[in-house]
Amino acid sequence: MPAARSAHFEDLRAKVRALEQADRRAVGVLPFEVARLDAALPGGGLALGALHEVAGGGDDAVGGAAAALFAAGIVARLPGPVLWCITRPDLFAPALSHAGLGPDRVIYVEAGDEKALMACFEEGLRHGGLAGVVCETSRLTMTASRRLQLAAEASGVIGLAVRRWRRAAEAADFGQPTAAATRWRVSAEPSAPLPVPGIGRARWRIELMRCRGADAADFILDACDETGRLALPAELARRSVAPPVGRRRAAA
Amino acid sequence: MTACNAAAAGSGARVGMAATQAQALIPGLDVRDADPHGDAEALDRLALWAMHRYAPVCQADPPDGLAIDVTGAAHLQGGEPALLRDLAARLQGVGVTSRGVVGPTLGAAHAVARFRADQSLIADDGVDAALSPLPLEALRLPADLPVGLRRMGFERIGDVAHRPRAPLQLRFGAELGRRLDQAYGRSGEPLIPVEAPETPRVERVFAEPIGAPETLARYAGALAEALCGQLETRGLGARRLDWLCYRVDNRIEAVRVGLAQPVRDVRRLTRLLTDKIETIAPGFGIDRMTLAASAAEPLNWRPAAARLGAEVAPDVSMLVDTLANRIGADRLYRLSPVESDVPERSTRKVAPLSAPTGVSWTPDWPRPTRLFRKPEPIETIALLPDNPPTHFTWRGVRRRIRRADGPERIFGEWGRRDAEMRAVRDYFQVEDDAGERFWLFRAGDGEDATTGSQAWFIHGRFG
Repeated sequence: MPAARSAHFEDLRAKVRALEQADRRAVGVLPFEVARLDAALPGGGLALGALHEVAGGGDDAVGGAAAALFAAGIVARLPGPVLWCITRPDLFAPALSHAGLGPDRVIYVEAGDEKALMACFEEGLRHGGLAGVVCETSRLTMTASRRLQLAAEASGVIGLAVRRWRRAAEAADFGQPTAAATRWRVSAEPSAPLPVPGIGRARWRIELMRCRGADAADFILDACDETGRLALPAELARRSVAPPVGRRRAAA
Repeated sequence: MTACNAAAAGSGARVGMAATQAQALIPGLDVRDADPHGDAEALDRLALWAMHRYAPVCQADPPDGLAIDVTGAAHLQGGEPALLRDLAARLQGVGVTSRGVVGPTLGAAHAVARFRADQSLIADDGVDAALSPLPLEALRLPADLPVGLRRMGFERIGDVAHRPRAPLQLRFGAELGRRLDQAYGRSGEPLIPVEAPETPRVERVFAEPIGAPETLARYAGALAEALCGQLETRGLGARRLDWLCYRVDNRIEAVRVGLAQPVRDVRRLTRLLTDKIETIAPGFGIDRMTLAASAAEPLNWRPAAARLGAEVAPDVSMLVDTLANRIGADRLYRLSPVESDVPERSTRKVAPLSAPTGVSWTPDWPRPTRLFRKPEPIETIALLPDNPPTHFTWRGVRRRIRRADGPERIFGEWGRRDAEMRAVRDYFQVEDDAGERFWLFRAGDGEDATTGSQAWFIHGRFG
């Protein structure tokens, strides 16, 4: 009997999915290439043609550094130019290039106010020729996010709203509902000690706070590498500590 | 004598004097023949330049003025004061002394530019205050009128502006009232926009004035189509469109649209024009429209992909144009690498559609995701000369440093500024207890006081 019921549920789920995707282009998903993370997402990856929200945790809700790099790692793995909408010009392009998003691919839009910012975000999503659109914003209302989600669905372009607030107290706004497909919070975790003085690869606590069609989950992962990929920390993967790979570092 | 420079005026020369008298007054005076025709032509060229640079509606205002309708165009230069500064600096650069004023009416701006040195912006409600103390000559009256008015005891504009109009009109004619009304904005004063004869231009005149946004959009499309036909025959593509709507009350509503690449696609041009319809105030209606490609460049079709099956790069120029016309072209850019070790100088804004260079920043050195515009001072405990701090306090929060990497020594660029001759910064990447990473630096090498103040700063956050 349970088998029959679950088959029935599967059938219903497929029907609902078909209804949801009636006027959406089938564009697939972007896997993170981390098995645990992909397993927690419907379809095995981050849905393309959808709006996703990312915010930093703790101090980073104001700083917006980890959240921006997380977004950069996602769009870096898609082909094509990227539109990055900002209001505060403090994003440092070399860091994006270290996450795999080269300077030839990013077009920055410095919008004066929230209204212009949302208009640029939506225009970028509607265009359809971009790899993705990233927008750093503090406010994202239900109405605005629904418009953006529809624009993303129509064009198949991924939209990433990097939520960043002026004051830590305003970050409570992140609890408000929006039409985004997923909601992520990225915060810093202490990195693994190296056998020599110095700093290893940064480590993030990545919380999937809300996801349409799946449960919330959280992960501790190594931050984006040169190609924008996340990785399972070596000791958690039950392997011996990996030899130091990646970039050359300044000696202490 | 028709004109003299400031040095000559300081020595006693006056406009209207006989040239021989001035020569007798000032030894070694450089006298040149007046060339009114050449002056007028030069002024027209200047108006044309201003039209290209600032706003679609510009008019030469002989003998020595330039009238620019900056409505809706000033924000592209960063506001009215910035526009005036830019204009003055550029004129200065070619050796033209200028005085610029932005005002709600041409008459008021004209008067204040010539008769007040202390004001360059007139507020919408400040016309009366600005004009009242000025002499009557500021009103652009025929030469004999101010003399006659003075005889009646009127010295300043303020004296006549609020008098009953009828007796004045009876005595001095309609000209005084007309000029007063123009200066105070009670009657319109249309500018006749300067235009270059070679500009591709189409025009449409309406028997009945139009005003509804849908109608405007329809005719914008019709004009764009006609203009594209003209561009096609000449093998050009538009880089800038000036759409002028002449209202029945003689005012001109101007829309300027810029394009990142030469374009003669009717659909795209129409889309860009219709985006701007909300900025047009049709008033009682529009009876004439012109659309000109005030900047055009050769455009030849070429195949999109060289080989069958080759990947076609997505065309984002339409998106760039749409966004640039909405928020301003200078706020849309790519950041390209610069050969400089100083982090603030390692990026440069380039046009969003400039050719990809394939060059990137070196991946060898860590760089923060957020670079603060100004490094912020922090309090630290650190061993000199080259150990990272053990603690630091930033914005009132004390953080213990668990791991650190550095120093990465960056030397000042003495080639750029003398002050950086010996300057040194030692950068450290540090991680605190919670795992947050920061970019700290010490100004100076930790030993030699000439290399910097040895104070610590925070310059960025890592993701």
